[in-house]
Amino acid sequence: MRITQGTFSFLPDLTDDEIRAQVDYALGRGWALSVEYSDDPHPRNVYWEMWGLPMFTVKDGAAVLFEVNACRKAFPNHYIKVNAFDNTRGVESMCLSFIVNRPKEEPGFGLQRQEAAGRMVRYTTQGYAAMRPAGSRYE
Amino acid sequence: MNKPVDEMIRDTKERYKGGVLKYKQMGYWRPDYEPKDTDVICVFRITPQEGVDPDEAAAAVAGESSTATWTVVWTDLLTAHESYQAKAYRVDVVPGTGAGTGKEAQYFAYIAYDIILFEEGSIANMTASLIGNVFSFKPLKAARLEDIRIPAAYVKTFKGPPTGIVVERERLDKYGRPLLGATMKPKLGLSGKNYGRVVYEALTGGLDFTKDDENINSQPFMHWRDRFLFCMEAVNKSQANTGEIKGHYLNVTAATMEDMYERAEFAKEMGSNILMIDLVIGWSAIQSMSNWCRRNDMILHMHRAGHGTYTRQKNHGVSFRVIAKWLRLAGVDHLHAGTAVGKLEGDPMTVQGYYNVCRDTYTKTDLSRGLFFDQDWVDLRKVMPVASGGIHAGQMHQLLTLFGDDVVLQFGGGTIGHPAGIQAGAIANRVALEAMVKARNEGRDIANEGPDVLNAAAKWCKPLALALDTWKDVSFNYTSTDTPDFAVTATAS
Repeated sequence: MRITQGTFSFLPDLTDDEIRAQVDYALGRGWALSVEYSDDPHPRNVYWEMWGLPMFTVKDGAAVLFEVNACRKAFPNHYIKVNAFDNTRGVESMCLSFIVNRPKEEPGFGLQRQEAAGRMVRYTTQGYAAMRPAGSRYE
Repeated sequence: MNKPVDEMIRDTKERYKGGVLKYKQMGYWRPDYEPKDTDVICVFRITPQEGVDPDEAAAAVAGESSTATWTVVWTDLLTAHESYQAKAYRVDVVPGTGAGTGKEAQYFAYIAYDIILFEEGSIANMTASLIGNVFSFKPLKAARLEDIRIPAAYVKTFKGPPTGIVVERERLDKYGRPLLGATMKPKLGLSGKNYGRVVYEALTGGLDFTKDDENINSQPFMHWRDRFLFCMEAVNKSQANTGEIKGHYLNVTAATMEDMYERAEFAKEMGSNILMIDLVIGWSAIQSMSNWCRRNDMILHMHRAGHGTYTRQKNHGVSFRVIAKWLRLAGVDHLHAGTAVGKLEGDPMTVQGYYNVCRDTYTKTDLSRGLFFDQDWVDLRKVMPVASGGIHAGQMHQLLTLFGDDVVLQFGGGTIGHPAGIQAGAIANRVALEAMVKARNEGRDIANEGPDVLNAAAKWCKPLALALDTWKDVSFNYTSTDTPDFAVTATAS
């Protein structure tokens, strides 16, 4: 399965030029770019690992793309996303976030059900790959 | 000595000798009054009865929405009564009405209310004054509350949306694009199991949210517990299928608060991230449910069922922009605010005005969008507007241009009616949306090139091709009944 988190997951994977265009759009609006990676793409895993700090002072799209590719080189089989952060008062949150790298195989998630009283079910989403130790999930 | 009998009578003995006075004489017409920063200001569109002087009509509105009764009462003198009197301070002819236009004269009456008139944090109290007796008042043929300026001091007595746009996005982990939803159809008659099937297909296909309709409560064909259980199975299964957070607006609207709380508690136990209520439950119930959602980390979706009965006609009722302001104070997270291009009423500029009210940190006066006042929201969280009703993937460029990213686009028929099935309908909408956002961010002029962007995506996405073909001729081009009336001021060229 293809995990569809992120702004552009229903489109074909973005080329470097297309990533650059989105980065330039974000920079043009004064947003700070950052790169994050993870081998645990559980929908509730909000804290992916940070590839360095958000680039608050970087205004050059090429520099951002350089970091994207460095992260890809270090973690070719992880999920990697590019985030754009807007620190305007009243927003102070991300305004764009899209996946730029995926493992070759995406085994996806199983749904576990614990039956309880009154037809109640307690659900747990379990990533198949996440059952293996961190770092060796998408070997 | 133009109209001596109409002037405010300042001599106490004369003013309180008993009997009936004009509202102007009683002090409700104060053309010299300068509203204070802490005053509530309303602008009413009034249509006076034949022969009623517009200033007197404005004064009457001020009187009847504050302290006045039909005759003079000496007990006013036991109070600092001028504080409690609303003050009509400005009356303008509505452009395009009155002498020489062939249309009955209408007036915009500006009225200021001292903040002491309103209980802290109570929309019920504010509405009881401002849209209480006054709308049935005989000397007026019709009256409409067009807009309201709520002073920062009063805004701060409300907690506002329990979640707000920013936190909702952080909980859903969805940024930089409108959210996608769909209302389940047919809205009535499906069993719980069949209903959940529609939810499952739509969410697995690619929508972020699905929605109960306003009149889905607990009818014989589907009791509420059944609906909740099957819908949450669908939500959780689609989350596992996609790796994305999904939600279904579980409508908890019911006969009593106790019933609504019971349903909300059950939704929470099932792990739902969002609840839904209808506008018809009333202001106090809305504020109660808002508090409940705040306590329980739940997003609150407001379906504006019934609003058209009083918002649509231009000469009488309450503008939706006022309702939107009250709902932001009362505290809802999602609010249906119109589509401009869909099947339901809404002039594009007027609808954009509603969106501004929902999403601005500071709303600027903009008469072309029906916004009469600056409104400081003093950090009150933002409401996510919802565009729903007769929209489809082929309008994606128009919707994104009109409304930007912070909106839920709801394609009910446009998802479920897809000839290749519900999942295909959802895929078509999501692909159209992401392709359009990407193109916009790349600097393309989507307002004009939108159809090209859609056609290019349709080349590799068959469901989108089918959707574009199915609904290519669907549009709802009718004249809006509710448009702003303002005179364009010439700018120096």
